[in-house]
Amino acid sequence: MPSILSISGVSKTYATGFTALKEVNLDIQRGEIFALLGPNGAGKTTLISIVCGIVNRSTGTVTVDGHDISKDYRAARSLIGLVPQELTIDAFESVWATVNYSRGLFGKPANPAFVEKVLRDLSLWDKKDAKAITLSGGMKRRLMIAKALSHEPRILFLDEPTAGVDVELRQDMWEMVRRLREDGVTIILTTHYIEEAEAMADRVGVINRGEIILVENKAELMRKLGRKRLVLELRNPLTAIPETFSRYALELSPDGGQLTYTYDNQAERPGVASLIRDLEAGGIQFRDIDTQNSSLEEIFVNLVRRDP
Amino acid sequence: MNLRAVWAIYRVEMARAFRTVLQSIISPVISTSLYFVVFGSAIGSRITEIDGISYGAFIVPGLIMLSLLTQSISNASFAIYFPKFVGSIYELLSAPVSYLEIVIAYVGGAATKSIILGLIILATASLFVPLQIEHPFWMIAFLVLTAVTFSLFGFIIGIWAKSFEQLQLVPLLIVTPLTFLGGSFYSIHMLPGIWKTITLFNPVVYLISGFRWSFYGKADVSVGVSLGMTLVFLAVCIAIVAWIFKTGYRLRN
Repeated sequence: MPSILSISGVSKTYATGFTALKEVNLDIQRGEIFALLGPNGAGKTTLISIVCGIVNRSTGTVTVDGHDISKDYRAARSLIGLVPQELTIDAFESVWATVNYSRGLFGKPANPAFVEKVLRDLSLWDKKDAKAITLSGGMKRRLMIAKALSHEPRILFLDEPTAGVDVELRQDMWEMVRRLREDGVTIILTTHYIEEAEAMADRVGVINRGEIILVENKAELMRKLGRKRLVLELRNPLTAIPETFSRYALELSPDGGQLTYTYDNQAERPGVASLIRDLEAGGIQFRDIDTQNSSLEEIFVNLVRRDP
Repeated sequence: MNLRAVWAIYRVEMARAFRTVLQSIISPVISTSLYFVVFGSAIGSRITEIDGISYGAFIVPGLIMLSLLTQSISNASFAIYFPKFVGSIYELLSAPVSYLEIVIAYVGGAATKSIILGLIILATASLFVPLQIEHPFWMIAFLVLTAVTFSLFGFIIGIWAKSFEQLQLVPLLIVTPLTFLGGSFYSIHMLPGIWKTITLFNPVVYLISGFRWSFYGKADVSVGVSLGMTLVFLAVCIAIVAWIFKTGYRLRN
């Protein structure tokens, strides 16, 4: 799949001397959902702002569908829709006026039918004459999305789209993102909510201290870095793990009723079978058994921690 | 040229004026009428005429300039400062819009509003005093040039300002005093010796003088100099705006 967005050697040092990005290289493929994960201050928003033309980069090149964002900024920017993290709308404009303004700003001819569809899809049609200031937080967020979609972008940036959003709206948004992807829109989202990336993304990039430390297919990432846990519910609680089990990475719950074995599922001999055999031989009985994959969150925390 | 974007911004700016019609249009009309009552009647009863023009009629061009300058600056500075303040400027910066288009739209919107206002004040004034306009073309030319120049100046202030206080600073501390001392309410020939010379360093003198000439054919300084000074100020503002956009000053950093 050819990439639709190509970032190469991009760095950003602010006038204060703070380096927000260091030589970032990243390719986003056409039609994918890409999740950019990173702790606060990692450089996620700076990177998006550079691609969208809001912040000047210090070095490097960025091309959007082959258009350089500096030399050919009109073509590049007209392909991009941006939903920023902050709810920043002219409070006194009506929903209808502000969405049409966004469309005009991107050079698109008026198309009331399309704008109506966008507003209906985002459950904002009833509010089309309301001023932005009268909307609830969740509705303002939808309005920001409507503005970004008003000019029919091919790439949509969602910067922390569900921060402070209730569960129902979050589900709606995920649904909308999937619909957009079906229409061929490439989606790049940054998020704190790892489950969001886990649920939606095709690929995941992890950024920390201005550097991309990993880009991987999500399933592959979880398979590669994922560790599994085997949880055993013991029939009789233990006071301590017997010495004979010291070769296993075992943890005993505080009440002594649960034994957890963490193992690498990629290992040739994960040790599950031998552990169970040894438990039986040692007379430790269990009444239930469960295995769990580690979540993207654990993988992420491990990665960021590992990076000094 | 992304004309649709220029039109979209321009329309939003004009819509703001109509939304705040009380503040944008009615309040300047009321304050102009008050000037007529206070200056025209109170002082006019003592100074009956200047250069053969009745005092009430003499102050009309100066009053229009006073509003034109302050409104152009405040319209344009607020128009660009407000999106910076609330953060909605992200959309403008991420849109396929050139700097020239941004300036045309914002400055065009601000200048249009202040020109309309100037014409409303002119119409209001005509209710109080008999008016004559000897050079209508030049009257409109000075009106438009001044509105555009000071809208550009306001645009610069709006980009420079980091707070509402800074936004008010230049208009309050520099522009208003210069306008009052720029011969709105008197002829600079009425000033004592040294003050006549000092006042020539005030750029507003040239604007008011040229504008008054277009009404009555009489001026404090030659009309060519007035026009030249206005154009110089316009060129300086254009140069500063060009530099702002070239460097991304306070916008893209």
